[in-house]
Amino acid sequence: MTSNEFTRRDMLTVAAAGTGALAGGSFPMTPAAAAPAKEGPESMPTLMDLSLSVNGKEHRLSLDPRTTLLDALREHLHLTGTKKGCDHGQCGACTVHVDGRRVNSCLKLAVMAEGAEVTTIEGLGDPDRLHPMQQAFVEHDGYQCGYCTSGQIMSAVAMMKEPWGSDDADIREAMSGNICRCGAYQNILAAIRQVRHG
Amino acid sequence: MELFTYARAASPADAIKAAAAASTAQQGAEVRFVAGGTTLLDLMKLDVERPSRVIDINHLPLAHIERMPGGGLRIGALVRNADLANHADVKQGYPVLSQALLSGASGQLRNMATTGGNLLQRTRCVYFRDTDTPCNKRRPGSGCSAIDGFNRTMAVLGTSEQCIASNPSDMNVALTALEAAVVIRGIGGERQVPIGDFFLLPGDTPDRETVMMPGDLITHVILPPPQDGARSHYLKLRDRASYEFALASAAVVLATDKGAIRHARVALGGVATRPWRSPEAERVLLGKPATPATFAAAAAAALRDAKPQSQNGFKVELAKRCLINALTTVAA
Ligand SMILES: Cc1cc2nc3c(=O)[nH]c(=O)nc-3n(C[C@H](O)[C@H](O)[C@H](O)COP(=O)(O)OP(=O)(O)OC[C@H]3O[C@@H](n4cnc5c(N)ncnc54)[C@H](O)[C@@H]3O)c2cc1C
Ligand code: SF4
Ligand code: FES
Ligand code: FES
Repeated sequence: MTSNEFTRRDMLTVAAAGTGALAGGSFPMTPAAAAPAKEGPESMPTLMDLSLSVNGKEHRLSLDPRTTLLDALREHLHLTGTKKGCDHGQCGACTVHVDGRRVNSCLKLAVMAEGAEVTTIEGLGDPDRLHPMQQAFVEHDGYQCGYCTSGQIMSAVAMMKEPWGSDDADIREAMSGNICRCGAYQNILAAIRQVRHG
Repeated sequence: MELFTYARAASPADAIKAAAAASTAQQGAEVRFVAGGTTLLDLMKLDVERPSRVIDINHLPLAHIERMPGGGLRIGALVRNADLANHADVKQGYPVLSQALLSGASGQLRNMATTGGNLLQRTRCVYFRDTDTPCNKRRPGSGCSAIDGFNRTMAVLGTSEQCIASNPSDMNVALTALEAAVVIRGIGGERQVPIGDFFLLPGDTPDRETVMMPGDLITHVILPPPQDGARSHYLKLRDRASYEFALASAAVVLATDKGAIRHARVALGGVATRPWRSPEAERVLLGKPATPATFAAAAAAALRDAKPQSQNGFKVELAKRCLINALTTVAA
């Protein structure tokens, strides 16, 4: 850290000065779990209690506020179907549904998903009862390595409810937020087309 | 990512009061609002943004689009880009805005990104995003790595010796052509800033990008009533067909009367340090017949002051053709 940037102490002071004005009370920080801050008398809580509703189940978690929804799903709830590709919104591997809409879970703090219903690939269907989109991806071989697949499927399912046209160009455009390094696009398109046109 | 405390704002007044504790609302702000998070979280992971306090404003009642008495729309700061783009009144009265939004980012990101957040999104300059390199915007006085470095995607209009980064937003270009206004609530009350005054040129202070002050909360964007008989269009050119930022883009609003242009608004994106209104191009268009010759003259006027860098000279011609193409489409 260089001298003309903020020091940790400056930031902690400002943080302390800023407290109180907000409905932080709706967010009980966990003092017991809080580690003392490295510098200064003002300690910054490092863990916060929150509950997440994922695939219809309520989970109580104690998380570092920096935890993204993606990391909460994978590292804390062990729902590893959702993948981390870029961690910066640039690939779509982390796509999940929040209140039925597709989002990049890598750019959302877990705590911001409190009160919402999160759906992951695990909640869409299971090996015995595949969602029609999962089934279509299997039938059309809509993958090679499979790393992007859960994101592709989550995106495709949500896209059906969005106002898109129905030709191939529309599907391609609607699905552009999901990158496939293996280039399985033709088969992904075929799978989506099948579900879209019944 | 630096550690921060997280809190939810219960009301705009709460949010403003908490953010007013910051020393700046520009680069280096200690308190940041989070809306969609698609700019903020991205930059916090890179340590480019290091707020010690993050205030979640998603629960504020600012997610509505309302019709104004006398025409026009009032768009809440928390309206998602996808919802704004697909709103019937926007598609009908302001196609340029709908097209610009739908050309940006991806379906997922547009479900997250908000009107207020999009206004304040940061440049994609690779050096701004890399804390190991000098960058005047990120760390004032450290130098600009782009001028002698990778500058293919940088601006050719509105640059300074200190910074040549382009404003990456598509929405902002459309809002500029539509002469929108930004409604800001701060510690001193509410003010309305015309979009043309909202963004600052980099000059000697590239870390200051807008007129935002500590505590300022964008509450709405106001669109004036659509121009009678005008048509509008957004054209975006980029390295790949989708999910990519603009190399050059044009937002145009045009109305003709018996073949002559009676109203013209022109804004360029991808080529300038801020969303770039071109009064020069508008002056050329006004009163002239809507012909290829007129459009070419307007494009030449818009790019007359362009200052290309070592790698982005192609943007001058690209921006001209982009504008000509957009004008041709809207006049057809
Ligand atoms: C991979 C990728 C591709 C993209 N492609 C494009 C593209 O092609 N075209 C394009 O235009 N954009 C693109 N974007 C950028 C995207 O549009 C922006 O990130 C988004 O609009 C920001 O909105 P947000 O609500 O997520 O902002 P946030 O990240 O929540 O906020 C951004 C900033 O604004 C502040 N802020 C937010 N709301 C308010 C408010 N109401 N009042 C005061 N301050 C506020 C925050 O404190 C923060 O500093 C892309 C982004 C990514 C990650
Ligand atoms: S162009 Fe601007 S943002 Fe990029 S390195 Fe130079 S000063 Fe930084
Ligand atoms: S991991 Fe989220 S978009 Fe790549
Ligand atoms: S199947 Fe390998 S990345 Fe898409």
